[in-house]
Amino acid sequence: MADRVVIDPLTRIEGHLRIELETDSGVISKAWSEATQFRGIETIVLGRDPRDVWAFTQRICGVCTTVHAIASITAVENAIGSNPPQQALLIRDMVLAAQEVQDHVIHFYHLHALDWVDVASAATADPAKAVAFAEQIGSTWKGNNIDRMTAVRDTVVNLVNSGQLSIFTGGYWGHPAYKLPPEANLMAVAHYLDALEFQRTMIKINTVFGGKNPHPNFLVGGMACTIDPNHSASINQVQLADVQNWVNDTLDFVKSCYVPDATAIVGVYKEYFDIGASSPNYMAVGMSGATYGGDPNKTPRYPTPMMDVKPGVIINNDFAHPQPFDPTLISESIASSWMSYAGGAQTLTPDKGETTVAYTGPALPYTWLGDNDEYSWCKSPRYDGKPVQVGPLARVLLAYSQNHPRTKELVDGAVATLGITLEQMNSTAGRTLARAVECLTSAEILANDTLPLFMKNLQGGDISVFDPSKWEPSSWPKQASGYAFVEVARGNLSHWVTIENGEVSRYQAVVPTTWLTGPRDENGQMGPYEVSLAGDGKHPLVDPTQPLEPLRTIHSFDPCMSCAVHILDPDGQELLVATS
Amino acid sequence: MTYTMDGWQEPTLAENLERAGVSRRDFLKFCGGLAAAFAAGSAVMGSVPRALADPTPGAPVTGTQVADALGSMTKPNVVWLQLQECTGCMESALRSGGTTVEDVVLNLLSVNYNELVMAAAGDAANSVLDKTNEDDHILVVNGSIPTKDNGIYCTIGGKSAETVLRESAEHAVAVLAVGACAVFGSVQASRPNPTGAVGVDQIITNKPVINVSGCPPIGEVIMATIAYYLTHGDVPKTDAEGRPMFAYDQRIHDSCPRRAHFDAGQYVRSFDDEAARTGWCLYDMGCKGPSTFSPCPFVQWNGRTSWPIGAGHPCLGCTEKDFFDRFTPFYNRLPQVPGFGVETTAEKVGLGLVGLTVAAVGVHAGVTAIRKSAAKKTHDETPLEAFGDAPAGEQAAVAAVVEVPEEIPAASPQASDTPPTTDSEKTE
Repeated sequence: MADRVVIDPLTRIEGHLRIELETDSGVISKAWSEATQFRGIETIVLGRDPRDVWAFTQRICGVCTTVHAIASITAVENAIGSNPPQQALLIRDMVLAAQEVQDHVIHFYHLHALDWVDVASAATADPAKAVAFAEQIGSTWKGNNIDRMTAVRDTVVNLVNSGQLSIFTGGYWGHPAYKLPPEANLMAVAHYLDALEFQRTMIKINTVFGGKNPHPNFLVGGMACTIDPNHSASINQVQLADVQNWVNDTLDFVKSCYVPDATAIVGVYKEYFDIGASSPNYMAVGMSGATYGGDPNKTPRYPTPMMDVKPGVIINNDFAHPQPFDPTLISESIASSWMSYAGGAQTLTPDKGETTVAYTGPALPYTWLGDNDEYSWCKSPRYDGKPVQVGPLARVLLAYSQNHPRTKELVDGAVATLGITLEQMNSTAGRTLARAVECLTSAEILANDTLPLFMKNLQGGDISVFDPSKWEPSSWPKQASGYAFVEVARGNLSHWVTIENGEVSRYQAVVPTTWLTGPRDENGQMGPYEVSLAGDGKHPLVDPTQPLEPLRTIHSFDPCMSCAVHILDPDGQELLVATS
Repeated sequence: MTYTMDGWQEPTLAENLERAGVSRRDFLKFCGGLAAAFAAGSAVMGSVPRALADPTPGAPVTGTQVADALGSMTKPNVVWLQLQECTGCMESALRSGGTTVEDVVLNLLSVNYNELVMAAAGDAANSVLDKTNEDDHILVVNGSIPTKDNGIYCTIGGKSAETVLRESAEHAVAVLAVGACAVFGSVQASRPNPTGAVGVDQIITNKPVINVSGCPPIGEVIMATIAYYLTHGDVPKTDAEGRPMFAYDQRIHDSCPRRAHFDAGQYVRSFDDEAARTGWCLYDMGCKGPSTFSPCPFVQWNGRTSWPIGAGHPCLGCTEKDFFDRFTPFYNRLPQVPGFGVETTAEKVGLGLVGLTVAAVGVHAGVTAIRKSAAKKTHDETPLEAFGDAPAGEQAAVAAVVEVPEEIPAASPQASDTPPTTDSEKTE
């Protein structure tokens, strides 16, 4: 007899996700991925000034803050024919890179690490052994010293002794699936706190250019932050010296702390390279940060190193033969969503897409959704009818399959050290490892390419950051459509806009977490989360009251639920996607 | 009175405060403030903190009773909810460099329930929540509450966000609404508000709600509001919007380093022009600083790295109610946004400024406060007076100031001719 397990709230993610499971003899037999929050931001932007829309869509998510703003302004620029200067685009690239690195660091230490690290065990650790463990795994982080480890251990001891465990209350401490020795747990808790402190520094790069974070400011046509070596009120050498230092510090943290920690943890939990495999299909338009206004298969005005990896799709783990990316093969199913399509259709291509809310779930409060045909606010995007993975794993595998030198070097090194195959990267541990690999390449490109090019241009007198020619609505066509593809922390993001008479008449965002969290489609194919848990009938769940193992797998995707569910058009109005 | 609390080293709050140099007298004063707050709640719902098991039902709670109850409390428990929102407020809290999240989570408080950072999930998380809700705790709320269609648009553990909020508020000794969504509903409550999203104080009406506004609020301000409860000797004084005065008592316009350029008539006319590079005033580019109460100019963001106007972008007014509707189009110059027209009516009544034109940017923000005072009895009803407000009898001086912007050609002529209509029901 199967046990039914509900994980709601599924914590340490952005937003509201409910996972329902059936388990039998310690393994998961069925899984349902259920998005339980809905806001309707795409409807709210209709009729508004397209230059304002970035501020609305940015509020889709405060974790991946900036990405929806940049996707929005890029789509609007594509529609109205605005051409931001290269310096403005480089600033956006720096902002995206800083955001992505900060996001990956926060994810690993603050959202994911407690799946692997037993905090209570750290109270019993020998600080000297923790320092030795750090050295052993190749961590050269400056926080690895006995004083620091002792102070952190004392903090944990005090916390445990107080009987009030704060955010650690009710954790699965002592669960047999925790395998790190006490000194490794202590090191990880110390790095958890160091990362918390360090992310405050990393994100200042965004504050210099956008004025605040979360939710920095952007501008259709460029950037509002002026750069001028000879004006105190513009960004000049004073701020740029700081930016340079923060960029260096960021690369140092990723290299000396995050990558060794992530590699060590997946090494200790090596069985997770055989757990959590999801759809063997992967999609990306480039490396993280690649930003295209319009067709990503066309070379843009200013190619970046993130575009060295070309748009592509890997089908059925065929890493040797990546397919070209064809946006017209994308469709969205609502077979299991609380939505309806006109005429009872179950799936539509986005250019004919509709979004009409049709809640068929139980009255509140409810205890089980999985028996219903429809069980989520999320749609189910498919590529050529197939569920695909997006995100760090997809990008790293695509880069690898296109022989991107640095990615290949890092992946080959990790695969050899861990003794795994490339195919095993499609796993819980593989997604976590891929994120760290990508974080390093992103920090390197920021430090070695993007910032140096920006500085070189500046030294050459290039201080223009705004194209004023298309600012006034009177300069726009009466009707215009545009779109943008951006590779953001969690995967492939696209925004699509239609403007009529100076106002937004249609808007749609196709978002990474939607690809991953979507429910079953009209053919009964599970979405990527569901496949990762119930795809092979082998995913462990030893104690249904302590669902530690499925938390590991879901967290390896880095869910962002507010992003996943953001679409609402109560009138059933057609949301047309431009394909020009 | 401010001081730094050096962690939770003694068994009880009273002893920790004493260690940190807080006298019994100061603590009593603080608790007197809390008692007043509780009394306000009692008058409506008879809600008294459970630690204050008063033998005489209906009798007023005294500051001494509160002091005894709170002082003997172990580390205060916190429930930190995230309802219909984007997690930007938690991210902002993580960025606080003053009182850090580490201080709050590990030393000052026991944050038993917060979905973003807590270790437990599912049933384990829900039982932590239920248990913490049973006794006195501080409640912090991020996010709005979708009220349409019986709350189906946000559920947690199978319950509606409204149910989760009500259960957590029942025994809360303090309720903090943090962020524009929790305070006003914000982006999802803007036209046409598809899910019926409202702020916390539309649901929790039987006790005061401290509104830490902003999208998101500055991390340091979020943490300072929490620290205030523990360290400052009184509940924060609030403005008519329920916002703590220690952070929201000044308009951006009045503390803006670019103010001198406004007064001198020196305006940015196009992004990235010479005036922009020189740091002139962004008023003509749509800056909402004149209507916005926020500590951005002096607290700044992310460890005082910068702030929106400092980085060349006009203020969006994100600490103000319904800014996504009232302050848009964002790049239209005040008062050519719909919200302004609504306020001019209230302004004439509220401050006796009959005769001033809508261009009187110096006055209407103060009025923003007045408009709310009638609706929010639990909050301080004194309207904020900021530099640039026009007290009765000084209209001539204000008129002199506002003449300059009148000379500016409208940024978007077609918009200024016919301001979009405003949903007056929403803004009221």
